[in-house]
Amino acid sequence: MNFSEVFKLSSLLCKFSPDGKYLASCVQYRLVVRDVNTLQILQLYTCLDQIQHIEWSADSLFILCAMYKRGLVQVWSLEQPEWHCKIDEGSAGLVASCWSPDGRHILNTTEFHLRITVWSLCTKSVSYIKYPKACLQGITFTRDGRYMALAERRDCKDYVSIFVCSDWQLLRHFDTDTQDLTGIEWAPNGCVLAVWDTCLEYKILLYSLDGRLLSAYSAYEWSLGIKSVAWSPSSQFLAVGSYDGKVRILNHVTWKMITEFGHPATINNPKIVVYKEAEKSPQLGLGCLSFPPPGAGAGPLLSSESKYEIASVPVSLQTLKPVTDRANPKIGIGMLAFSPDSYFLATRNDNIPNAVWVWDIQKLRLFAVLEQLSPVRTFQWDPQQPRLAICTGGSRLYLWSPAGCMSVQVPGEGDFAVLSLCWHLSGDSMALLSKDHVCLCFLETEASVSTACRQLGGHT
Amino acid sequence: MGDWMTVTDRGLSSESKTISQYTSEIKMSPSSLYSQQVLCSSIPLSKNVHSFFSAFCTEDNIEQSISYLDQELTTFGFPSLYEESKSKETKRELNIVAVLNCMNELLVLQRKNLLAQENVETQNLKLGSDMDHLQSCYSKLKEQLETSRREMIGLQERDRQLQCKNRNLHQLLKNEKDEVQKLQNIIASRATQYNHDMKRKEREYNKLKERLHQLVMNKKDKKIAMDILNYVGRADGKRGSWRTGKTEARNEDEMYKILLNDYEYRQKQILMENAELKKVLQQMKKEMISLLSPQKKKPRERVDDSTGTVISDVEEDAGELSRESMWDLSCETVREQLTNSIRKQWRILKSHVEKLDNQVSKVHLEGFNDEDVISRQDHEQETEKLELEIQQCKEMIKTQQQLLQQQLATACDDDTTSLLRDCYLLEEKERLKEEWSLFKEQKKNFERERRSFTEAAIRLGLERKAFEEERASWLKQQFLNMTTFDHQNSENVKLFSAFSGSSDRDNLIVHSRQPQKKPHNVSNGSPVCMSKLTKSLPASPSTSDFCQTRSCVSEHSSINVLNMTPEEIKPNQVGGECTNQKWSVVSRPGSQEGCYSGCSLTYTNSHVEKDDLP
Repeated sequence: MNFSEVFKLSSLLCKFSPDGKYLASCVQYRLVVRDVNTLQILQLYTCLDQIQHIEWSADSLFILCAMYKRGLVQVWSLEQPEWHCKIDEGSAGLVASCWSPDGRHILNTTEFHLRITVWSLCTKSVSYIKYPKACLQGITFTRDGRYMALAERRDCKDYVSIFVCSDWQLLRHFDTDTQDLTGIEWAPNGCVLAVWDTCLEYKILLYSLDGRLLSAYSAYEWSLGIKSVAWSPSSQFLAVGSYDGKVRILNHVTWKMITEFGHPATINNPKIVVYKEAEKSPQLGLGCLSFPPPGAGAGPLLSSESKYEIASVPVSLQTLKPVTDRANPKIGIGMLAFSPDSYFLATRNDNIPNAVWVWDIQKLRLFAVLEQLSPVRTFQWDPQQPRLAICTGGSRLYLWSPAGCMSVQVPGEGDFAVLSLCWHLSGDSMALLSKDHVCLCFLETEASVSTACRQLGGHT
Repeated sequence: MGDWMTVTDRGLSSESKTISQYTSEIKMSPSSLYSQQVLCSSIPLSKNVHSFFSAFCTEDNIEQSISYLDQELTTFGFPSLYEESKSKETKRELNIVAVLNCMNELLVLQRKNLLAQENVETQNLKLGSDMDHLQSCYSKLKEQLETSRREMIGLQERDRQLQCKNRNLHQLLKNEKDEVQKLQNIIASRATQYNHDMKRKEREYNKLKERLHQLVMNKKDKKIAMDILNYVGRADGKRGSWRTGKTEARNEDEMYKILLNDYEYRQKQILMENAELKKVLQQMKKEMISLLSPQKKKPRERVDDSTGTVISDVEEDAGELSRESMWDLSCETVREQLTNSIRKQWRILKSHVEKLDNQVSKVHLEGFNDEDVISRQDHEQETEKLELEIQQCKEMIKTQQQLLQQQLATACDDDTTSLLRDCYLLEEKERLKEEWSLFKEQKKNFERERRSFTEAAIRLGLERKAFEEERASWLKQQFLNMTTFDHQNSENVKLFSAFSGSSDRDNLIVHSRQPQKKPHNVSNGSPVCMSKLTKSLPASPSTSDFCQTRSCVSEHSSINVLNMTPEEIKPNQVGGECTNQKWSVVSRPGSQEGCYSGCSLTYTNSHVEKDDLP
């Protein structure tokens, strides 16, 4: 595993282009586009204000930079650096901006969700969509980019509109049987839309593309409900994480629950491998002690090293006692993600924040548990293989694969606190983001990694 | 007990004698005399007694005594002591025979009485002890009764308490249920309240939004605009089309097409799955038939008729269904037949398996019993035999050890020791062999590499030579040019030389390119393993100068790779860049082995000189 030098970054804005050739990152009001392989700067664009959001168009030709504070969106072309486009939402304000899948339209949501403006880069036409709902996940596009589903709220009722993205024609408009719709999400095959209700009520509804209600599922009543939802890449399973600390897997034939994954704080099954991160302070020789470190650069050298240990069952995981009288209590399944081959599901229970559960979807059982020393911030699956990258806001990167797991210290001067990460689509590298730096991490093929691990493991 | 009683009798005997004497003197009754006799019968007659008896009858009162005795005896039903006289006047004579008879009879009677008395006494004793026993039993039972009564009371008390508790718990449960109900009601009412409030708020919010919308949107905000250099083409290269009814219809069509496709795909999948399942069913059926038919032939003939009919049925079905075409029919028609036949067969199989199970268990039981019977004798024999064997083995080991020691003491040559070690460490040897072969392979590789290096060096030498030659020729040419010659002549020569020179140079370039390439290739190859090993060299350096340093390092390492030790690599690595990364790995226990061997392999491949493998 190799690491590039670090580059400046602000507000964690760093994204690989969809074709995997470029890396866009923001430093204050500048947008820097680099080549992924050489890391040389290809383009440098200067925006009018500090950038708050960036997004690549699907064809990797344009980048959108949103400056919400000013109600501005600037678009840059990679092919023609002199080309520019600026969209001003004026006094209506701006809270969200995104590309349409064709990469030629920009959808801007105004403040207070008054409307969504669809700006075209091809024609002068501007379309407006009224009554968008202010919710967590109100816009979703199908994987093929053909349709857009939009959550709407009018007259105190929830609706879903399905648009054809090619000409923004309304295809279907139907009301949903929800109290307060919170999110919508297309299945990867683009034929089923999952709609879930507010956390006050456990309710998930499944609609066909033509607006028919396929099924409704509710696990229980009178308690906090759904917290997170994820489709498996094969569209076969819908994982629903809820506040009761369980993940329920629905199948795509009957839309009934197949199984329920609980997240208990103690693990008794001896078949489950529990990886426990352990910190080991290095043994400092007398020579090291007698010479004080010359500067901050020596910091990471002296910091303790961490490694995984296989804990023997029964293992009790560290739990958080949630504050129940506050909004958004830290309980329930807050994060879930399927591996690209749909064989594994990674979850995090928010009141056991240090642990990541990995479930075997083929056997529908728990496969492994990783317990970190600090709360897990993000995890993301390698787009090519079942390999999970985890970061905890420390200076280490953690990788899990069915063969085992490892922790890697990110090199560099001072601590590189990894707050977020994103994989390159080839799965060969990933960007590690800290508060104001980004660093690329290059992975080798599985075999060489394991040999390397072994060698280093053997030497230490 | 009897003994004890007799002992007391003896102790009392002298006293009783005197007493009896006294009483007999007072009363003088035959009955008392009789009792006296009875009392004294057990003790041997003494002179004293004799004198006492003599006192009853003296010389003077023989007649009276006899008559008294006669009287007494006749009252007791004995025959008279006197001879029956023919006449009344004659004096009655004492009949000796009768007296003797009487005496004998009396003696017999006495013995009988004695026996009876003894019996009675023993019985009395027995009864007494029985009584004691019963009394103790009674007291014990009484105690038991008391304790059980107490226990019962305790249990009753506990029962009462538990009931009380139960009642309380029921009450609590009911309360809790009520509470839950109440809370649910509260929640529900709160929810409705909340919803109501929300709705109200939302309406207000909507109104405000509407207002805001009007304010913001309708005043023709000049600022809301898009400033664009030029419009770009659509991603698909087409032009935008007008929205018409036609496009709407087309969109609908497309949507349905997508849905249809999805359903078709799913249907196909389901069909495939179905076919697979059918295949499995068929196979199972076939296997069942093949499994059941041969061994069922026999029982069909001799045992019950029902299974026989079922089997014939099954065979018929099998014949019918074995045609492949049946499987392609829709489920409707085949299903019933199929499921029925499978069910039947399953039933047969189940009954068969159960029978087998029964047999097995029976056999097992019998066998176990037999074994149990046998084991008693065999066991000891077996143990004896085994012990003997152990003894023999021990002796053998001892002798072997002795021999070994002797051998070691006498001749300690290397061969034998190595042999000995070999036989102890066969595994290790195997491993070493593997390592050796690996080593050899690596050696070969290195030899090859070295050869290529030497070749390259030779080529380089050749090239240099050629270059030298060329330079010489060129110098010569220059020299010749400098010297004043005929213009034309010189030009000719020049042309010629230029031609030859260029061709030479071409050759040279061709030659030189290879050796130039060669180390490059090597250097490209080796840094890979270097970086694999050290894990510190960035694969894609951002700046060109770094690239140079890297290649420099890599070349250096590639050249020195043959005689480099890990200590030498370390500084290089430090010179590289990121040194302070710490790795720690935990791989799953199962996969560790493979990983380890793989790693050691590559490791040894890259560095032969190293033998301190991790």
